[in-house]
Amino acid sequence: MDGIHDLGGMHGFGPVEREENEPPFHAPWEAAVVAMMRASRGGGVFNIDEFRHSIERMAPAEYLRSTYYERWLDGITRLLVEKGVVSTAELAARTESFLAPPATASSTVRPASAPAGGGSPADLSFFREPSTPPRFAVGEAVVTRHVHRTGHTRLPRYARGKRGEIAAHRGGHVFPDTNAHGRGEQPQHVYGVRFDARELWGEAAEPNAHVYLDLWESYLLPA
Amino acid sequence: MGKNHPNVDEYVVSRVRALESLLLEKGLLAPDAVDRVISRYESSTGPMLGARAVARAWRDAAYRRRLLGESAAALGDLGMKYDRLVVVENTPAVHNMVVCTLCSCYPWDVMGLPPTWYKTPAYRSRAVSEPRTVLAEFGVTIPAEREVRVWDSSAELRYMVLPLKPAGADTLDEEALARHVTREALIGVAEVRLPTA
Repeated sequence: MDGIHDLGGMHGFGPVEREENEPPFHAPWEAAVVAMMRASRGGGVFNIDEFRHSIERMAPAEYLRSTYYERWLDGITRLLVEKGVVSTAELAARTESFLAPPATASSTVRPASAPAGGGSPADLSFFREPSTPPRFAVGEAVVTRHVHRTGHTRLPRYARGKRGEIAAHRGGHVFPDTNAHGRGEQPQHVYGVRFDARELWGEAAEPNAHVYLDLWESYLLPA
Repeated sequence: MGKNHPNVDEYVVSRVRALESLLLEKGLLAPDAVDRVISRYESSTGPMLGARAVARAWRDAAYRRRLLGESAAALGDLGMKYDRLVVVENTPAVHNMVVCTLCSCYPWDVMGLPPTWYKTPAYRSRAVSEPRTVLAEFGVTIPAEREVRVWDSSAELRYMVLPLKPAGADTLDEEALARHVTREALIGVAEVRLPTA
């Protein structure tokens, strides 16, 4: 979807602000958000593509106003509600109980009877063997499709309808555009594609620069 | 009550605690899951892992070739299990930098948690369209004759930069050398410099 998340090439965000000696987490709740995301994925509640698309569905103004882990929290919560793991009402009530003094709410927390495992890395691997041989070879000229789909995609706006060159074959990968929408993994070949900055940015391009993207085969056409 | 709550932080913290307690009750979240995440990213996983691979590659040409060509095996030598890393090498002719314009993809297992600036709209929007300007803000000036390559992590592969070997590197052992390889250098927005003796 052409959402606010698709930031490549946008103007107006100013300089990159850095924080000296930044800690891994700024507050314990950020780690809790990471743990809940991992548990939900490892427990098979949602996949990484559904998770990314859930964040993309935030209202644009809210997306920009939120911190990174607030966006994660929003993305996790939306999916847990949509998949019926928690209800909006119980989450609202429980949130109230933590907000309202005196804080007796922690006494309602019971240890899980059967805690889910974290999910091994192998369970979460995205490599899959596609059913067809690779359509493109390294060195071949390609052009990306000029499409504006409303669903999830990993072809950024700035690289649509652009000419590039296949720089690498990256193997077969789960296809996010279907996997984010419950339409299966439908694995495809993925290619590292090299784009000249002038092709992407025209006269505004900086000299002697290239952008590389990893793109699924169906995003590409022979040039 | 909702996101218009006067104290947004308090609201977010309460909402996280609420969701955490519900997932615990439903058996989806293990009781020690949060502690494990904190311990992992505050002590055992961080940029020092990627830094070690870089330091070894600078000192060992065969290891460097493996890190560039078969990163999973090369990382395995250092006890890491990670099969999705692409290592891109800086040379006198090429400077590499890494971004994820669509979200904030980053090799957590090899470089730890991404810094906040990496996840900002400012970096994500500008790294692909004006990389030289962004690099200059980070204090890295790349002459026009040196190519800049920006790696936008749009799939599940993750990128790490093998920086240029700094002058004086041969006087240090792997461990000492690794201490000078910063997270920023692994992302490609800094060079590695050793203090002059």
